[in-house]
Amino acid sequence: MGSELALYPRLAWSRVRGQVEYRLSFVLMLVGYFAATVADFLAIWVIFLHLPLLAGWTLGEVAFLYGTSYVSFKLADMVVGHLDVLPTLVRSGSLDTLLTRPLGSLFQVITIDFGLRHVGAIAQAVCVLAVACVTAGVPWDAARVAMMPVTILSGTVIFASIWVLGASTVFWTMGNGLEVMNTFTYGGNQMANFPINIYAGWLRRLIAYVVPLAFVTYFPSLYLLAKEDPLGSPGILRFASPLVALGCVAAARFAWGQGIRHYQSTGS
Amino acid sequence: MALIEVENLSKQFRVARKPEGGRGRLRRLRRDFADVHAVDGVSFAVEAGEMVGYIGPNGAGKSTTIKMLTGILVPSGGRLSVAGFEPSRQRRELARQIGVVFGQRTQLWWDLPLADSFDLLKHIYHVPMARFAANLERCVELMEMGEFLRTPVRQLSLGQRMRGELTAALLHDPAILYLDEPTIGLDVVAKARIRAFLTALNRDAGTTVLLTTHDMGDIERLCRRVIIIDRGGILYDGALDPLKARFAIERTLVVDLEEPAPPLEVPFAIVERVEGPRQWLRFQREQTSAADLIAAVARAAHIADLRVDEPSIEDVVLRIYAGGAGERFSSTPSPG
Repeated sequence: MGSELALYPRLAWSRVRGQVEYRLSFVLMLVGYFAATVADFLAIWVIFLHLPLLAGWTLGEVAFLYGTSYVSFKLADMVVGHLDVLPTLVRSGSLDTLLTRPLGSLFQVITIDFGLRHVGAIAQAVCVLAVACVTAGVPWDAARVAMMPVTILSGTVIFASIWVLGASTVFWTMGNGLEVMNTFTYGGNQMANFPINIYAGWLRRLIAYVVPLAFVTYFPSLYLLAKEDPLGSPGILRFASPLVALGCVAAARFAWGQGIRHYQSTGS
Repeated sequence: MALIEVENLSKQFRVARKPEGGRGRLRRLRRDFADVHAVDGVSFAVEAGEMVGYIGPNGAGKSTTIKMLTGILVPSGGRLSVAGFEPSRQRRELARQIGVVFGQRTQLWWDLPLADSFDLLKHIYHVPMARFAANLERCVELMEMGEFLRTPVRQLSLGQRMRGELTAALLHDPAILYLDEPTIGLDVVAKARIRAFLTALNRDAGTTVLLTTHDMGDIERLCRRVIIIDRGGILYDGALDPLKARFAIERTLVVDLEEPAPPLEVPFAIVERVEGPRQWLRFQREQTSAADLIAAVARAAHIADLRVDEPSIEDVVLRIYAGGAGERFSSTPSPG
């Protein structure tokens, strides 16, 4: 585990070098990703052209949710988003080659690529978040400043774990159903962009407690923005994101381990 | 204890059986499964320093065995010990003791210069700087790789890439090298270079080599011992020479004459087939050499082109079945 963490920057950098080789196309791609995701936020802005408040949330506050969620999501996408090549690795037998090395299988699949192209989208989300930090009326103090990186990091870990969980199903389904899992990652990000009290009860409970998307930004943002929860949830949930993230990691590791074991006993 | 010990090893795969005709749509919902015995009760031992050819027809169970020996697949039954490790349980520890080259796949980073792949592997295997430099230098020198070390892997020729693959598998001084079809698709010169390198590696570093191949030339030039596997079981395990003497004695000279001619009459060869100006002459290596036979043909007719066909692994296996399944052949053909 320790030696793999030490190896990560080296392997990731080797992936980046390959991508940056074609400089112009890389820059165009970054600009493209930036522009494409600006449209995402504009969609939220348009809603507020007609409404002063959305279920008790101002534009600035929703922008704050959008920013934290999107930065987390894209950071996770950058590190593990290429797990969707797993069906190809399994079919081509490349996974076998990885299994002959003295490293963990998940680590090696993750380090096959590094999604530097997502930097464009991350930059856009950081811009929105920076403006929101000023306009959403966050009562900044030392604790809240410290809470910001914790929130982003926990969110990233939650999204990444969901990705790994989804990818683990490949060992049984050979990639059929990966699209279903994308509704939890890409779709999950879309949902986390909005305050969860706008959703129907069952959906709200699903994203709060089953696929714990509400811990990506909703609960910690209640604290950061010093807001009452319109749903009246216990205050402790506002600080539970790091623990939830650890739980997600445990679940993802377990699923991946089971998947690899299944692969090793069936060979397909 | 032998370096590789395999005892009664087996591997079954559960595969979906195609539904037999009839009321198709309903039947498709209920899938039938069949167990395929890919490897079925295989036992052998390999001592340190041996160079063994592990051969057999397609689908005989070769790759499945190799995958179990490297820890990629978990056996369904039997016992396995490689360099003192149980492969599937101690995959990562074992990985430091073995080098693997799958001829059809790459372990190199496609978009990086060859040397950069080696550098990454150095860190992955924690190879000390001095060892790394010495191993790399030896490979670069013996396989003449200096010119293309800075070339991205995707631009290498197959022969160059295969030399890179071998180097990549050897940087961490593995005790065992598994080679799966290492010369597939290579031209004569490239094959010769790889074979010479493997011979030197086995002689100088004492590396144990287990080789699967379809190329009888690989086997003849590299292995004193062969294990033949067919339908999941071992058909022959022993020295190559007696096997050759009994089963792989016949070669075929294919000549294109300048104009069609009646079947040639030359000593020690039988014309098997005539197709226009092309004739197939079967001969036995004990009775005449290819060179003598070609000389004899050249005296009888004008040759435009020629080649010598070695017997294939499939031929050898067929002859073992047809001819001498004597007591020394632990032949236990199993269904599936």
